[in-house]
Amino acid sequence: MTIFKITVEGAGEATCYEDERALVAMERAQGFGRLKGLSRKLPVGCRRGGCGICRVQVLEGDYRSDAMSRACVSAEDEASGLVLSCAIYPLSDLTVRLETPRLPKPGATPAVQTSGD
Amino acid sequence: MALTGVMRPAFAQIRVLDLPQAIEHYTKRLGLHVVTTGEDGRVYLKAGDEFDHHSLVLRLADHAGIDSFAFKVASDADLDAFEARIEAYGYPVDHVPAGEQPGLGRRIGWTIISGHRIELLAHSDLSEPKPGIHNPDVWSVEPNGMGVRRMDHALLYGPDIEKNLEFFTTVLDFKCAERVDMPDGLLAIWLTCGMKAHDVAFVNHPEPGKLHHVAFELESWADVGHAGDIITRYNISVDIGPTRHGITRGQTIYFFDPSGNRDEVFAGGYTYYPDNPTRTWDETQVGKGIFYYERQLNAAFLSVVS
Repeated sequence: MTIFKITVEGAGEATCYEDERALVAMERAQGFGRLKGLSRKLPVGCRRGGCGICRVQVLEGDYRSDAMSRACVSAEDEASGLVLSCAIYPLSDLTVRLETPRLPKPGATPAVQTSGD
Repeated sequence: MALTGVMRPAFAQIRVLDLPQAIEHYTKRLGLHVVTTGEDGRVYLKAGDEFDHHSLVLRLADHAGIDSFAFKVASDADLDAFEARIEAYGYPVDHVPAGEQPGLGRRIGWTIISGHRIELLAHSDLSEPKPGIHNPDVWSVEPNGMGVRRMDHALLYGPDIEKNLEFFTTVLDFKCAERVDMPDGLLAIWLTCGMKAHDVAFVNHPEPGKLHHVAFELESWADVGHAGDIITRYNISVDIGPTRHGITRGQTIYFFDPSGNRDEVFAGGYTYYPDNPTRTWDETQVGKGIFYYERQLNAAFLSVVS
C-alpha cells in the first residue's frame, strides 16, 4: 500500500494511505499527538466537502479531488490549491497550511470554537 | 384537540454534489425509497411508513445545503388564509403550481428573515410504499438500512431568529416547546405545530439560509444503536452519538451525507400539548440540553453547517 506524508505547516506530519482523505489522515495524526504544533484543535466538520471548515492551502504536492461545495471553495480557489482537506486524496507527499474557515461578518459568533473538547 | 392549520413537515429539498452517492446514502443506508425522478433530474424519496408522495427531494447542485422546507396544511382553504396572514406580516408570498413537484398540489412559498425558504401545501398524492390501512401489518415493505420511519424535522441556522419565533407563533400558529437564552440573547428555538416536541428548530447564526440537519425518526433506542453500526460499517462521516438530547429528550446520532449535509436519526422525545409551557435553558446548562450525556457542545455543533 502506498503511503504519503502530509506535512502540516508549523504543526507536524501525518501519514496518509492511498485513497484516504487528507483530513482523515490529519485527524488520526492529531489523535496520536503528531500535530503538536497546532494552536487549536484541527477543524473537522462534515468530512464530505460540504461545510468548508477544513480548508487548507496546498503548498506542495499532487492530489486528486472529490466535488467540494462551491459555497466554500470557488473554482479559482480550487485551481490555486485552496481546497477542503476532506475532499482531497494525496497522489504524492503533500505540504499544506491550515486556512481560516470562511468567517461570518465581523462581530458575529466565531465560525469555529477554539477551545478543545 | 384537533390538528388544524399547519399539520406537519411535508418535505425538505436539499442540494447534493453527487446524485448517485446521495441516492445510495438515503436509500441503502437510511432506508428511504425512491418514488420517482423528475424531468429536471430532481429525485423524490419517502420512508415506508409515510403515506404522502415524498418527504425528501434531492437536487444536484455545486454546493450543499437546503433549498426549501415545506409543511402540509389541513385544507386548501388554509393556503389562502395563511397567504393573507403571511403577506400581512410582511413577507411576499409566491405561488408554485401543482405538479412542480410530482404528486403535490399547489404550494405557496416565501423567505423568512433567517434566509430560509418555507412552503406550505395542502395536497399530496399517496405513493408506494406506504402503510397498509386494512388489517395492516406493522410495515408493508421490510425496513432496510437504518429503517427510518419518517422525515421528522429540520434544524436551520440563520440570523434574527427572534423574528422567526414571532412569525411562526403568531402567523403560522406554532408553539415554542423549548428555547435557549444566552446572556447575549436568544440562541435557539424548538417549534412545534402538533404534538411532537419539534417540527422545525432554529439556531441564531450570522450566515443566512444554512442547514444544520434534516432529521428522520426511528422506532427505538435500539434502532439508534443499529444506525451507529451502519454508520461505522459503511464509513459514513459521524458527527456525534449515539447520545441523547436534554432538549426534546430524543435519543440520537448525527452524521453526514456524501455531500456534507448533516442528517440525524433519532427515537423518542416527549409528547407536546399546546397548553404546555415553554421549557427554557440557560448558558449554564445548555451543554446538557444539547447533548445530555456529554454535557457539553462539541466543536461542530455551532459551527458546521451546509
